[in-house]
Amino acid sequence: MEIHRFEKFWLVASLVLIVGFIATITYGSVAAGVTMVSDTGGTIQPDSFENTGFDDPGVRHIEGDRYEAYVVAQQFFFNPGSSEPIRVPAGSTVTFYVTSADVIHGFQIVDTNVNVMVIPGQVSKITVRFEEPGEYGILCNEYCGAGHHTMEGQIVVVPEDEWEGGSQ
Amino acid sequence: MTFVDDYPFEAKLIRRSLAVAFTALGIGGLFGLIQALHRTGALRVISSADYYTVLTGHGVLLALVFTSFSITGIFTWAVTNSLGREAANKTVSRAWLWLMSIGSTLTSITILAGFVPSIPMSADVLFTFYPPLEAHPLFYVGLALFVVGTWIAGADWLLTYREWRQDNPDSRIPLQTFIVIATMLMWYISSIGVAAEVLLFVLPWSLGITQTIDPLLSRSLFWYFGHAVVYFWLMPAYLAWYTVLPKLSGGRLFSDPLARVVFVLFLLLSTPVGFHHQYLDPGIAEGYKFVAMTNTMFLLLPSLLTAFTVVASVEHGARQRGGTGRLNWLRALPWDNPAFVGMALAGLMFAAGGFSGMVNAGMNINYLVHNTIWIPGHFHLTVGTAVALTIMALAYWLVPQVTGKRLRSKTLAVVQPYLWFIGMTLMSNAMHRAGLAGVPRRTAEPQYQYVVFEGVVGGISEMRLQIAIGGVLLFTSLCLFLWVMLKTWLGPKAATIDVNGVIPEPLSGPEHSPRVLDNFKLWLGIAIMLLILVYALPLAGMLMNPTPGSPPFPM
Repeated sequence: MEIHRFEKFWLVASLVLIVGFIATITYGSVAAGVTMVSDTGGTIQPDSFENTGFDDPGVRHIEGDRYEAYVVAQQFFFNPGSSEPIRVPAGSTVTFYVTSADVIHGFQIVDTNVNVMVIPGQVSKITVRFEEPGEYGILCNEYCGAGHHTMEGQIVVVPEDEWEGGSQ
Repeated sequence: MTFVDDYPFEAKLIRRSLAVAFTALGIGGLFGLIQALHRTGALRVISSADYYTVLTGHGVLLALVFTSFSITGIFTWAVTNSLGREAANKTVSRAWLWLMSIGSTLTSITILAGFVPSIPMSADVLFTFYPPLEAHPLFYVGLALFVVGTWIAGADWLLTYREWRQDNPDSRIPLQTFIVIATMLMWYISSIGVAAEVLLFVLPWSLGITQTIDPLLSRSLFWYFGHAVVYFWLMPAYLAWYTVLPKLSGGRLFSDPLARVVFVLFLLLSTPVGFHHQYLDPGIAEGYKFVAMTNTMFLLLPSLLTAFTVVASVEHGARQRGGTGRLNWLRALPWDNPAFVGMALAGLMFAAGGFSGMVNAGMNINYLVHNTIWIPGHFHLTVGTAVALTIMALAYWLVPQVTGKRLRSKTLAVVQPYLWFIGMTLMSNAMHRAGLAGVPRRTAEPQYQYVVFEGVVGGISEMRLQIAIGGVLLFTSLCLFLWVMLKTWLGPKAATIDVNGVIPEPLSGPEHSPRVLDNFKLWLGIAIMLLILVYALPLAGMLMNPTPGSPPFPM
C-alpha cells in the first residue's frame, strides 16, 4: 500500500498530537492531582436517607481545615444552598457529598472546578479548596423538569473567624 | 440516463426518505429558532416550562429523524449507484421505510402533545430521556420501532451487497458500499445498547411492569450507543466528502486505500468511548474513564486523516481547473456551485468543531465545560453544520438525480450555505465562550439570581446577541434551502438535469490497498473484542452492585 510522503508526515504528526494529549491528561491526573469524580461516594437508597448524613444535610467540621458538606438535590432546589446559602470558612478544603432525592441533577459551582452529575442512588463526592472569602453561585446543569431553570443556590465563603458552623 | 430512470424504485425510496428528513428539518429548525430567541431573552412566544417540550422536539426531530432519514436516503443511493444494481429485496426496503416512519411519528406525537394540556400525553424528557424522567410509553415504543427500522435498512443494503458479491466474487467492494457496510456494522454493535436500555428496562418500567429502574445503568447503556450515534450521523457527510466533493471540485479522490483505513478505524473505535460522556458521573471508576479517554483520542486519527485526504482531493481538483500557487488554487474552486460551497464550508466548520471536541475529550478539563453551553456550541459545528450543511449541499446535487428535475432558484441555493456559515459562526463562537463563563446548556433562562456569569473573552450580553442573531440567520438559511427543494421537487420533469452523477475513479485506487481491508468479518470481530475489553467489567460491576432503583417521575 503506497502512502504519499506528505500523508506519512501528516499521519506521524497526528499520532504525536494524540499521544501528546494523552500525556498532558495523564500528567493532570497523576502529577497535578486532578482526580475524577468516581465510585468512591458509594450508593444510597434514594427514598430513605436515614443515618447517611443526608438526613441532616449541611456543613460539618472534620479536623484542621477539612470540612464535609452534605447536599441533597431535588426538584427544584438544593438543600442547603437554595433557601439558605451553604457557608464555609475561607482557607478550607471542603469535600462535597451530593445525592438526589428524585431525578438526575447537576451540581456546578460556577467559577470553580466543581461540576458533577447527581444521580439518584449514587453519592457524588468531590473535594475543593476555598481560599478567599466570597460568594459563588450553584447551578443545576442537567435538565430535571419544568422548573429546572429555577434550580440554583449559593455558597458563601466567610472569613475563618466568622464561621459558626453548619448552614445557618 | 439519470438515476431516476435507471432505478425508479430506489429513487422513490430516496425521495420518501428525504421528504421525511426535510420535514423534520423544517420543524426542528423552527424549534431551534424559538430556543435561540427564548433563552437569550430576545423574543418569547412560549412559556419557560414549554421550552423543554420545544427542546425535546428539536433534539429528536433533528438528531434522530432528520439525520437517520437522510442516511437511509443517501445510503440507498450510494449502494444502488456504486453496485449498479437494484435492491435485492423490495419488501425489505418497504419494511424499513414504514417501520421508521411509524416509529418516528409515534415518538413525535408524544412530544408535540406536550403543547396541548388537554391531551394527557407528554414526553418532555429531551433527546437523552435519562430515567427516572419518564415519558409516555409510546415515546419509547416509537423509538424502538424506529431503531428496528434502521436495522432492517442495514439488512436491505447487506442483502443487495451479498447478491452483488455472488456475481462479482473477486472484485473489491466499491468505496461507497464499503462506507455503508462499515457504518452499518458500527451501527449494529452500538445501537444494541439503546435497544437494551429501552426494551429491557425503560419500557417495562414506564408501563408499570417493573416498579423501579437503575438510573446509572440506563444512562451507561444510552452512552454506549450515544457516541457511536454521532458517527452514524457523520458517516453520510464523510461519504459525500470522500466520493462527491472531489468530483465537485473538478478532480477525483486522492486515495481510496486511505479512505478504507479511515472507515475501518471508525468501525473499531466509535463505540468503546461512551464513558467520555460520563466523565463526571458518580458510580464509575476513574480507570474506566481513563480508558475511554485514550480510545477517544485515537478516534481523532480517522478524522485527521480525512482532513488530509479531503483537502488534498479538493486541491487536486482546483489544479485540474487551472488553479496554481501555494494557496491561490483556492480561487479556482467553484464557489458558485451550492453543492460544492455547502460541503466545503461544512468541512471547514468541522475542523473547528473537531478542536472543541478535543477539549471535551480531555478528561480533567471536562470539569470546565461539562453541561455548559460550550457543548451545544461544539455539536452545532459537528452535527449541526458538518452533517446538516453537507446533507443540504448533497441534496442540491442528488435531488435532481432522484426526481429527474432541474435545480430551481439557483441563486438562493448559492446564498444558502454562506448564510448558514455566517449564522453558525456567530452562534457557535458565542456559545463556546458563554460556556467558559459557566452558562449552562438545556436551560430556558438567560439569568440566575445567585450566579454572575463573567465572560472570559467578551461580555455576556454581546454573546446573547450573537446567539440570537445567529439563530435568525440559520433559520433564514434553512427556509431558503426548503424553498429551493420545494420549487425543484414540484417543478416540471426536465429532459436534461445538468447534473452528471458519475463518480470518477480515485487517483490511487483500491488495487493499491491490501485485500484484508475488505474483510469485514475480521474488523467486526476486533470491534466486538474491543467493546468487551472496555465495557464488560464496568457493566458487570453495575449489574452485580446495582444502583438502588428509582420510581418514575412523569414529565
